[in-house]
Amino acid sequence: MARFSPRFGGRRRSEAEGLPPGQYLTRDFPVLSAGPTPRIPLDRWEFWIRTETGVEHRWTWPELTGLPAETPTVDLHCVTKWSKLQTTWSGVPMEDLLSTVESTAEFAMVHSYGGYTTNVPVADLLDGKAWIVHTYDGKDLTPEHGGPARLLVPHLYLWKSAKWVRGIELMTRDEPGFWESVGYHNYGDPWREQRYQGD
Amino acid sequence: MARAAVPGRLTGRLAWRAARLVDVAVQTPAAHSLTFEVPGWPGHRAGQHVDVRLTADDGYTAQRSYSLSAPAAGSHVEITVQRVDDGEVSPYLVDGLEVGESIEIRGPVGGWFLWRPADPQPVLLVGGGSGIAPLMAMVRERRRTGSHVPFRLIYSVRAPDDALFADELRHPTSADGGLDVSWIHTRVAPAGDPRPPGRITLAELAAHGWPADFTPSCFVCGPTGFVEFVADALVTLGHDPDVIRTERFGPTGG
Repeated sequence: MARFSPRFGGRRRSEAEGLPPGQYLTRDFPVLSAGPTPRIPLDRWEFWIRTETGVEHRWTWPELTGLPAETPTVDLHCVTKWSKLQTTWSGVPMEDLLSTVESTAEFAMVHSYGGYTTNVPVADLLDGKAWIVHTYDGKDLTPEHGGPARLLVPHLYLWKSAKWVRGIELMTRDEPGFWESVGYHNYGDPWREQRYQGD
Repeated sequence: MARAAVPGRLTGRLAWRAARLVDVAVQTPAAHSLTFEVPGWPGHRAGQHVDVRLTADDGYTAQRSYSLSAPAAGSHVEITVQRVDDGEVSPYLVDGLEVGESIEIRGPVGGWFLWRPADPQPVLLVGGGSGIAPLMAMVRERRRTGSHVPFRLIYSVRAPDDALFADELRHPTSADGGLDVSWIHTRVAPAGDPRPPGRITLAELAAHGWPADFTPSCFVCGPTGFVEFVADALVTLGHDPDVIRTERFGPTGG
């Protein structure tokens, strides 16, 4: 007899193929956030990058959305175990924004309207791996999913793809963000199942 | 949102632990509270959750997260699971697993949606459906520690029979003094209830909650639409977004 969970058959093994370990497939789009959904009027919205020397670069909404956009189709993996495949977004590659900035910093703290933060290595924001997205599935990104704009860095667990993104602070030393300081993994690679500290 | 304080556990890998089912409390036909004996359990705080792992004979595994619905009692931990009919893990936990059998659990997890008995602020809990589970852990932690912090709980259910922890919430003991419970029935109201069935309103949150200038800690848990409405309404009522903590429950394939 099995030591654990006797008679558990597993109804979704075919769906789980190709997913990172411990994930299951969902077709809807769950919402997760730690507090109320911030609502930011577009005429007051701005996005900034601040370098390690304190130089700040700012984009208004028309400026950001006027930049050339890409339309990536990517898989999402949430640390709460669901994965959603083949989601399509539009937005500005992070690389295009970072290339306008003089910096040798290796770490970034992403800041959101509402006060959320998450840390990501700068290398993970380059090479076509991250975008500031403003469109989901052909429509304006809704507030509960992070609109008007969120970071999308889909090769990491979804808490790294900060909703309601407001700015990126470049840092020479790594620091934990919001979830990273309460027990979640510092890097969060779903394929290595880096959910919590020590994983 | 302020940066959260102190992780709820020491550093080091969260290990999977054997968890033997020792008790089942049937809350509703679809929702059971399961108590497991987990040797070596490090303890947890009210509001935290655990990861559950099931393994089939051929090694296939499935994991889900569940809120702890009671404070730790030594090595005993309780989760409350609502069956999702086309789900994979919840039907097994509600209908398949028998007392004396074991699964694997790791945790506790979560350092934000927490109530600490040392926090002096009044507390507003707003739960929808099975989203009551982590809020129940807070109610029970308050009772366990003899806290006198005033609690108001607003619990929204479709019908009286859908309420989890119904006896405990309808018949509070003297140790629950200072806990006020208000019920919202969205589809079917109990006989004689002057409130017609319907969703919670801003006016009801104002009437059954705390004034914003009492600076209560607010914990909201339930399905996404419910949490979005309640959290927005609390902001409208003047509560600082920083004191509103949310957790969203919903069938995502459970």
